[in-house]
Amino acid sequence: MNNFNYLRADDTEHAVALIGKETNSRFLAGGTNLIDRWKYNLTHPDTLIDLANIEELHQITETENGGLRLGAMAGNADTAYHPLVKKRYPLLKNTILAGASAQIRNAATNGGNLMQRTRCYYYYDHESPCNKRNPGSGCPATEGHNRLHAVIGHSENCIATHPSDMCIALAALDAVVQVTGAEGNRSIPFTEFHRLPGNNPSKDNTLRPGELITSIDLPAEGFAENYSYLKLRDRNSYAFALVSVATGLRLKDSKIEKANIAVGGIAHKPWRVQEAEDFLKNKRPDRDNFAQAAEIIMDGAEGFEHNAFKIPLTKRAIIRNGMMALNPQETQRPGAGPSR
Amino acid sequence: MKNKNGEIGKAKSRLTALEKVTGSAKYAAEYNVPDLLYGYIVNSSVTKGKITALDETAVRGIPGVVDVLSHNNRPSLPWFDVMYSDMDAPPGSPFKPFYDNEIKYDRQPIALVVADSFETARYAAAQLKVTYETEDFDVDLRKNLDDARDPSKGLATLIKPLPPSPKGDFAKAYGEAAATYDGDFRHGTEHHNPMEMHATTTVYEGEGKLTIYDKTQGTNNSQIYVSNVFGLSYSDVRVLAPYVGGSFGSGLRPQYQLFVCVMAALHLKRNVRVSLDRKQMYTFGHRPQTVMKARFGADAAGKVTAMHHKAVAETSRFEDYNEVVVNWGNILYPAQNTLLEYQLVPLDTYTPIDMRAPGGSTGMHAVETAMDALAYDLKIDPLEFRLRNYAERDVSEDKPFSSKELRECYRQGAEKFGWAERKPEPRSMKRGNRLVGYGMSSGIWDVIALPARAEAIFTKAGKFIVKSAVNDSGQGSYTVMTQIAAEQFGISTEEMTFEYGDSEHPLSPIQGGSYTTGVVGSAVKAACKVLKEELFKKAKRLKNSPFADSEEDAIYFRDGKIYAADDDTVFVNLTDIFQNEKEDKISVTKSNVPNPLKLKQYTRAAHSAAFVEVEVDEQLGTVNVTRAVTAVAAGNIINPKTARSQILGGMVWGISKALREETLTDFKTGRYVNPNLAEYHLPVHADIHDLDVIFVEEKDEIINELGAKGVGEIGLVSMAPAIANAIFHATGRRMTEFPIHFEDLVL
Ligand SMILES: Cc1cc2nc3c(=O)[nH]c(=O)nc-3n(C[C@H](O)[C@H](O)[C@H](O)COP(=O)(O)OP(=O)(O)OC[C@H]3O[C@@H](n4cnc5c(N)ncnc54)[C@H](O)[C@@H]3O)c2cc1C
Repeated sequence: MNNFNYLRADDTEHAVALIGKETNSRFLAGGTNLIDRWKYNLTHPDTLIDLANIEELHQITETENGGLRLGAMAGNADTAYHPLVKKRYPLLKNTILAGASAQIRNAATNGGNLMQRTRCYYYYDHESPCNKRNPGSGCPATEGHNRLHAVIGHSENCIATHPSDMCIALAALDAVVQVTGAEGNRSIPFTEFHRLPGNNPSKDNTLRPGELITSIDLPAEGFAENYSYLKLRDRNSYAFALVSVATGLRLKDSKIEKANIAVGGIAHKPWRVQEAEDFLKNKRPDRDNFAQAAEIIMDGAEGFEHNAFKIPLTKRAIIRNGMMALNPQETQRPGAGPSR
Repeated sequence: MKNKNGEIGKAKSRLTALEKVTGSAKYAAEYNVPDLLYGYIVNSSVTKGKITALDETAVRGIPGVVDVLSHNNRPSLPWFDVMYSDMDAPPGSPFKPFYDNEIKYDRQPIALVVADSFETARYAAAQLKVTYETEDFDVDLRKNLDDARDPSKGLATLIKPLPPSPKGDFAKAYGEAAATYDGDFRHGTEHHNPMEMHATTTVYEGEGKLTIYDKTQGTNNSQIYVSNVFGLSYSDVRVLAPYVGGSFGSGLRPQYQLFVCVMAALHLKRNVRVSLDRKQMYTFGHRPQTVMKARFGADAAGKVTAMHHKAVAETSRFEDYNEVVVNWGNILYPAQNTLLEYQLVPLDTYTPIDMRAPGGSTGMHAVETAMDALAYDLKIDPLEFRLRNYAERDVSEDKPFSSKELRECYRQGAEKFGWAERKPEPRSMKRGNRLVGYGMSSGIWDVIALPARAEAIFTKAGKFIVKSAVNDSGQGSYTVMTQIAAEQFGISTEEMTFEYGDSEHPLSPIQGGSYTTGVVGSAVKAACKVLKEELFKKAKRLKNSPFADSEEDAIYFRDGKIYAADDDTVFVNLTDIFQNEKEDKISVTKSNVPNPLKLKQYTRAAHSAAFVEVEVDEQLGTVNVTRAVTAVAAGNIINPKTARSQILGGMVWGISKALREETLTDFKTGRYVNPNLAEYHLPVHADIHDLDVIFVEEKDEIINELGAKGVGEIGLVSMAPAIANAIFHATGRRMTEFPIHFEDLVL
């Protein structure tokens, strides 16, 4: 770990100005991902710009259109336990609480959660080639240990996954990411925030250099009646998802009026497929229909030596999670494992 | 009133609990001696080859850097292998850090950067530019099975014997069997992952004298190693390890941080600390990759007649590490036609090292799966099947057991668990979306006898002190030794001082193999006995002694006094003895020397039976161990509380072994890819449900003075196979690869 400068931003404009001025600088939020990667020799910032003092970024407030604005610096735990989140967006609460550990969730922030990087073994080993870390050096994961890796939307350059749980709910909930930068403010629909690796795996998302996330805005609809998060992982807590599914349903006369389904652990970004959701419209919420939706969602999936199991597993998880969403009171537990 | 205190058998909390939970207990990396330098180790980034250049320019230019040590400039060192041998060295040529430019395995230590702070040393280490010439390597066991060969014999194979020779005619018996099982098994690499990472703080005391705080399971072992390698006299090297934050076998041998730390301290004539980080904890010993074959046959009456168990395990190219994998089955089940084989494949890795229940936790998976499969095939209850094959005598060695209460383990364990509720058919028990399975397994672990020494002291001030070099890596040895010593004098543990974890104390073997309580405890007891004789002799000689004509059986010790056995009002205060003494303490040292001729006549083992319930969500491939009972017969249980913790820890480890942990190797790069606690999955609280432990009464007058067999490993041995068998009962699928994952159930 190299020596570095530590600066504090007073407000968002100041933050944007500092990051534009200081070379090789990074925003510091909870530090749970940035400092980790630093200690692993994956990144070596010369300057840190701490966002902790920017009061407005810590707020969680209601928006005019009946939604909720989650400040980028609001903590993951504070967000999950916020009364309005618990009441109106229990899907979000469950995904946050299925991630990391209590200690990490206390330190981690909402903005940082979006920006966390892949847990690919080869990305994490600074001595290994990795197109994400060192463009053009190659991707040993395709031929190496790829159990954690993507089965859909990958490219020959990168088969890494985005590791977040929270982001799976944010994708399913149609959240919007608010950002500000030297060129002003922008709103990015959540599903367009993260990107696929393609020819440029070093870029995880569509944020422009120097841009700051200020908040994540949730629309009014939170699927608080019919929702479910299912996370499949190698141990019952404190492990990243191999496969996870967030489902929100709006039901009317025992038919699906709207279905939002996002899948985690299988791609470089939260995976949502419009055709599958369209297919479910006006259908009965039963196993067969969820199974057909699962086929559509996983269309084109292609596994590797150690992760091909994710394809059938994801389909089953989509079906199960759809059924669990019909009865969240019975099926949703902290930890987001499958219900009995 | 004689046994008022009766410290042996009392459920006592660890005497060091307060220090540990409040952080005042100091570990090897926490001795902040003055003028300390910090070393950070640079590890190779290639798996095999040669270092062609080390460019230290950038490193030496960093303010605070004191020196860079490597094969280029290391002090001269002995050349003979024997000088690098330690008490646990397997046959072969021990790894010599910084010896030359050769790279033998991935992340081999190649240089030490010494600086005035840890952070500077770590940063500078990252700036060292190393150029390599790489060579081809092999780290994949399954691709190199053709290279399998018999292990070399040596000291290690005395304690961990190679398989017995074939018996009867396996092929014929297997061919004629009414039911047969044939299975192939695979276990990946595992690492110990103790909480405390390996570290050494070396205090340079002046001309050739060192005080070393080391993370080790044997202070004498580290002392002997350092003295031999660096040409120091034993009396000039003192090694201390009063607290050890877990080790599970990783501290059985001196690890390379000790070597480089001492080297730097001697070279710079300064105090130096070297601590490994978590990633570096995956750069030395580990549980070896192992593949096994088990072919068992039984007759129609349910007697196992044929047993073939073969294991092929990985070792390094420089040492033949061996463990006992295939010997257990025939000790437990008296088949008359056996073929037991154990071979090694040398690979470009570091030498494996014992990891909790080495060999047993691997081999018993195959044995107990085969037994379970035969029971299902013959439609006999798996527990009943094991009872039909109960060994009253060890047929593999043709010896009686020194004691064996396994039948009682089966009975009490089954009752507590509710085994009778089990429906015989696989897939027949359900709870909501989940299949429920019951599984069981026997467990066995051997009782090792070794010599050890202890000193017992009584002081003029009335203090009792017992000393041994042994240490306590967290399992409670310190507490148990104190109990054993206190019992001898009829005092409480609070009135007894046990001094340990110091190489200057009487010699102790390395702590491990579940033998510490039996071996060192017996030495402690023996020393206390001699001290009692000495004190009694002196009490008799006192003026007007009431015991002048008494024999030893007419008195007893209690609360710092000697009492007449038949009259509480007749006693001598032990401190009165000093009226006639010149010294202000009376001290005796005594060895516990086992009698090999007597011991050899018996098979000596602890036994267990584990009963496990799992819930399997077959659609999603999730497995939960919802409850488990382990019944243990391990002789005399000195402290039921610390013993219970040992068994619980073993059961948790069994869950880990069956369902969680594995070090993943990229066979193309030769590298372990998950060297951290986020990706090396140990169980968390949410994985652990209802666990119960039973200690079955067992008397053993053969094994040692205390009749104690040790409980460090037996809890692990039976747990993992019982989980695999429970999954079979739930799903009808045999689990032959550990750890069991989603892909084993959903595909
Ligand atoms: C052991 C471990 C296990 C974990 N398990 C899980 C898990 O199971 N599921 C899961 O979802 N997560 C898991 N996490 C990840 C955790 O959720 C993230 O580390 C955390 O959310 C990151 O937030 P932070 O505030 O600490 O970010 P930081 O580390 O402070 O920042 C991360 C990155 O985001 C940038 N950044 C931060 N804020 C902003 C902003 N407002 N605008 C622009 N850029 C910004 C920083 O510059 C940095 O590059 C785990 C982490 C660890 C260490």
